[in-house]
Amino acid sequence: MLAAGRRTVAAWVTALAAALMLPTPVLAEQFAITGAQVHTGGDAGVIERGTVWVRDGRIHRVGADDDVSVPEDVRRIDAAGRVLTSGVFDPYSHIGIEEVSLIEQTVDARYGGDRWGPGFDVRDAINPDSALIPVNRIEGVTRALVMPAASGASVFSGRGAIIHLGGEHDYLVRSPAAMHVQLGESGAAIAEGSRAAALMQVRELLQDASDFADNRRAWERRTRRDYVATRLDLEALQPLLRGEMPLIASVHRASDIRAVLRLAEAHRLRLIIHGGAEAWRVADAIADAGVPVILDPLNNLPSRFETLHATLENAARLHAAGVTIAFGSGGSHNARNVTQAAGIAVANGLPHEVALAAITSVPARILGVGDRIGRLQSGYEADLVLWDGDPLEVTSYPDQVFIAGREIDMRSRQTELRDRYLERLGLGGR
Amino acid sequence: MRVQSVISGLAAALLFQSALADDPWGSRYEAGNAAGFAITGATILLGNGERLDDADLLVVDGRIEAVGSGLTIPDGIERIAADGRWVTPGLIDVHSHLGVFGTPGYVAHADGNEMSGPNTANVWAEHGIWPQDPGFVTALAGGVTTLHILPGSANLFGGRSVTVKNVPARSAAEMKFPGAPHGLKMACGENPKRVYGQGRNAAPVTRMGNVALKREAWISAARYRDRLAAANDGNGDPPDRDLGLETLAAVLDGEVLIQNHCYRADEMAIMLQMAEEFDFHITAFHHATEAYKIGDLLAETGTCAAMWADWWGFKLEAWDTVRENVAMVDAAGACAVLHSDSADDIQRLNQEVAKTMAAANRAGLDVTPERAITWLTANAVRMLGIADETGTLEPGKAADVVLWDGDPFSVYTRTVKVWIDGVKRLDRGDPVLPPDGDFFHGTRDGVRP
Repeated sequence: MLAAGRRTVAAWVTALAAALMLPTPVLAEQFAITGAQVHTGGDAGVIERGTVWVRDGRIHRVGADDDVSVPEDVRRIDAAGRVLTSGVFDPYSHIGIEEVSLIEQTVDARYGGDRWGPGFDVRDAINPDSALIPVNRIEGVTRALVMPAASGASVFSGRGAIIHLGGEHDYLVRSPAAMHVQLGESGAAIAEGSRAAALMQVRELLQDASDFADNRRAWERRTRRDYVATRLDLEALQPLLRGEMPLIASVHRASDIRAVLRLAEAHRLRLIIHGGAEAWRVADAIADAGVPVILDPLNNLPSRFETLHATLENAARLHAAGVTIAFGSGGSHNARNVTQAAGIAVANGLPHEVALAAITSVPARILGVGDRIGRLQSGYEADLVLWDGDPLEVTSYPDQVFIAGREIDMRSRQTELRDRYLERLGLGGR
Repeated sequence: MRVQSVISGLAAALLFQSALADDPWGSRYEAGNAAGFAITGATILLGNGERLDDADLLVVDGRIEAVGSGLTIPDGIERIAADGRWVTPGLIDVHSHLGVFGTPGYVAHADGNEMSGPNTANVWAEHGIWPQDPGFVTALAGGVTTLHILPGSANLFGGRSVTVKNVPARSAAEMKFPGAPHGLKMACGENPKRVYGQGRNAAPVTRMGNVALKREAWISAARYRDRLAAANDGNGDPPDRDLGLETLAAVLDGEVLIQNHCYRADEMAIMLQMAEEFDFHITAFHHATEAYKIGDLLAETGTCAAMWADWWGFKLEAWDTVRENVAMVDAAGACAVLHSDSADDIQRLNQEVAKTMAAANRAGLDVTPERAITWLTANAVRMLGIADETGTLEPGKAADVVLWDGDPFSVYTRTVKVWIDGVKRLDRGDPVLPPDGDFFHGTRDGVRP
C-alpha cells in the first residue's frame, strides 16, 4: 500500500477506474493491432485489413487500417494475415469452481444439501487461480458464466456469476448473474420421480417468492403463512420475478421445452433454455417467445429418451426459425473446444458469422452485458483474440489473447509440461 | 473326447477367432457384394505415411487393386470423380465402448463393466455388445469402419475385447472382424482401487494392491498354461477348464493382446516391468495421458500408446496431459494412436488428429497430414493385430475407404461415401444409406446421422 503522499498518478487513475467499476487497466496502456482480418461482431461486420486501437482496457477505435489514425507513440502489433475476434464467452461453465472432477474436495459447483436451492450462490467459491483458466484462455476463452451444477433436493441449483479469465483480483464481472433450474429427466430425479413434480416445485417456490415480496413485513412478524423456502431462497428469487435476472432452464425434450415456455410466460420470467437437444422441433414457439437457447452443437445422440431427436442440424434449424443461439461445449476443462463445435455447426448449415456470434457476442447479450462485452467496437472492454487462422477451424490457435486490455501470458501448465519433456526427450521443438 | 480336444486345442481354436467353421464363437460376418469402383483425381492419404495428389484408387472384389496416378480403369467399373477431394483409409477406433455402453445411456445399457470382482478375465465384450446402438451409425458417418470394443476399466482384468466391422448386424458375431485376435483389457490406477477399495472396502485398495493382484494372477496363469502343456505331452491331467485363466494363458502364449488402460507414466513403467517378469508383451497402453513423458521407453519396448487429443482433469491421474501428447509419442519413435473412448469423439477422430497436429507444429515439431493420419490407420491396425488386412490403401488390403468432401483435417469437412470391404455403407447422396438402426425405426423423423 502506498502512502497517500507518495501516490502516483497511476494509482489515482487505478483507484478512479475501480470506483467507476471499470476493469483495472494497466495505466494508459495503449496498443493497436493492425492489418488483421477483424470480425467485429457488430455493425461494421468483417473488416479485411483492420485496426483495433485499445486504450485503458477498452476498445478506443475500430476500422479499416486507412481509416484509423493511431498516434506514433502507440505500440503497434502487426497482425497481417491473422484473424482478430472478440474473446470466446462460455455461457454455461464451472470454470473456477471445479478443478479435478472426481476429487470432490476440489469441486464447489454442487450444493448437496436440502436447506437451500435458489439461495445458493457460487460466487464465494470461485478461484481465479484455477489451472483451468490458463488452459482455456490461451486458446481464446476470455469470459465465462460460472454456474452451479444440479444437485441436492431443489430443482433450483442456485445462482452463478460472470467472470473474466484475466486472473486478477477483479475477475467478477456480474454477480449474481443468472439462476439455474434443472428440469427434464434430471429434474425429475431431484423432485423424486416426475418431471411434473419438478415443475410443481418451481411453481411453488415462485409463488412463495411472489407472496413474500408483497407481504415481507407480515411474514417477518409471523402473521403470514409459512413458505417452503428459506428467507435466502425467497430473496434470491426476487430479481427473477422482476425480470432482472435470467432463469436458465436445463431441458431437452420438445414437450418439456413447451412446458417451461408456459411457465416463463405465466411468471413473466427472462427465460434462457440450456441444452435444448430437441429445441428445433419447437423452434417457432421458442422464437415467438423470444427465448434464447444455449446448446451444444455436437449433441446428436439419443443419450437419453429426452434427446431422441438430437441432431447436428439443431443450431442451423433454430437459427433459420429466428431463435437466438449461444454455444457451450466441451465441459469446463475443455471449454476451449467450443470453437470446434461452432465450426461443426457451420459444416451442418449454420452461417459462419452466426456461429462466431454464438460464442462471443450472443452469450454476452443474453446475459445482460452485451453493451460492453463481446464485440469489437468503440467503448467495449478489450477482450481480443488474435488467431493464426479461421477461429472455428480445428487447426487454428491464438497467437495472443487480451482480456480487458491485458496482454495474457500465453502459457499454461500444459505448455510448461510439454516444453519440459520436449527437452528431456530431446525431441526438438521450439 | 470333445471337451478334451477343445482344451488341448485352445490356442488354435478358441484364441484365434479366425472364421473356423467349427468355432461356435467365430465371426459370422459376411462382406456382401462388392461391385468394384474407381475414385479418380483424388488427394489420397494412404494411411502408411504416404500422400498422393491427383491420384486414382481402384477397387476390385472388395480389395484394393491399385493406387497411383493415371491408373487404367477397366470397363464397366463405376468411376467416381473426386475432383481434388480427399480419400483416406476407413478410420480405426482402437478404443470404443459402443454396444457395451450403448445409448440411451441408462443402467439397462451398462454392459461394459462386470464389477463383480477385480479379475473378470473370464468375460468377453462381444457378449455384451448391442449391435443396434445408434452410435455405430454416427461413427460410420465419421468415417469409422473398424472398431475395437473393450470392457470398461473398473477391474484389473476387465475381460476380452473384440474388433468389429462397422456394419449393420443382428448380433455381435455378424460384426466380428474375421481373424482379428482378442485383446485383454487391463486397468491401472484409480478406477479399480476406487471401485473396490473405496466402494467396497475390498482389494485392491491401493496401487500396490493393483500390482500385487495382477502378479498373483499371472503366477496362476503360468501354472495353468504349464499344466495344460504338460498334459498335452502326456504328463498328468489337464487342469479344469477356467475361462479367466484361459484368457491369461493365451496372453502368455502371445495370442491375446494386452490392451492396458493406464494414465500415468510411472504406472506404465511398472506395467512394463511386470511384463518382463512374466514374459508377456503389452501391446498398447490406452488413454496414456502421460505417454509423452516416456516416449523413449515405449519405443524401446515396442508398445503402442492410444491417446486423446485433449481430455484432461476429470480425475487426478489425468491431470498432466498436454495437447501434443500423441505427436510427442510419435516423435519419440513409438507407435502413436489416437482413440475416442467416446460415442461423440468417434464421430470426428480426423478433427481430433488435426488439433494435435496443429498444436505440435506450433510447438516446433514437424507433422504432416500424411504422417498424422497414421495415428488412425497404420499404427491403429498394428495394435489390433490386423495390419495385414486393413488400415492402409495398399494393394491387396480390404477396400475400407472414405471419400471426404475436402481436407479431412478441417472442421468443415464431412464424409461423402464410406466403403467396407468394397461395399458402400454410407452415401450422403442416398437417403437410405446408411439405414436407420432398429432403435430409431419409427421413433423419430427429420434426423439423419
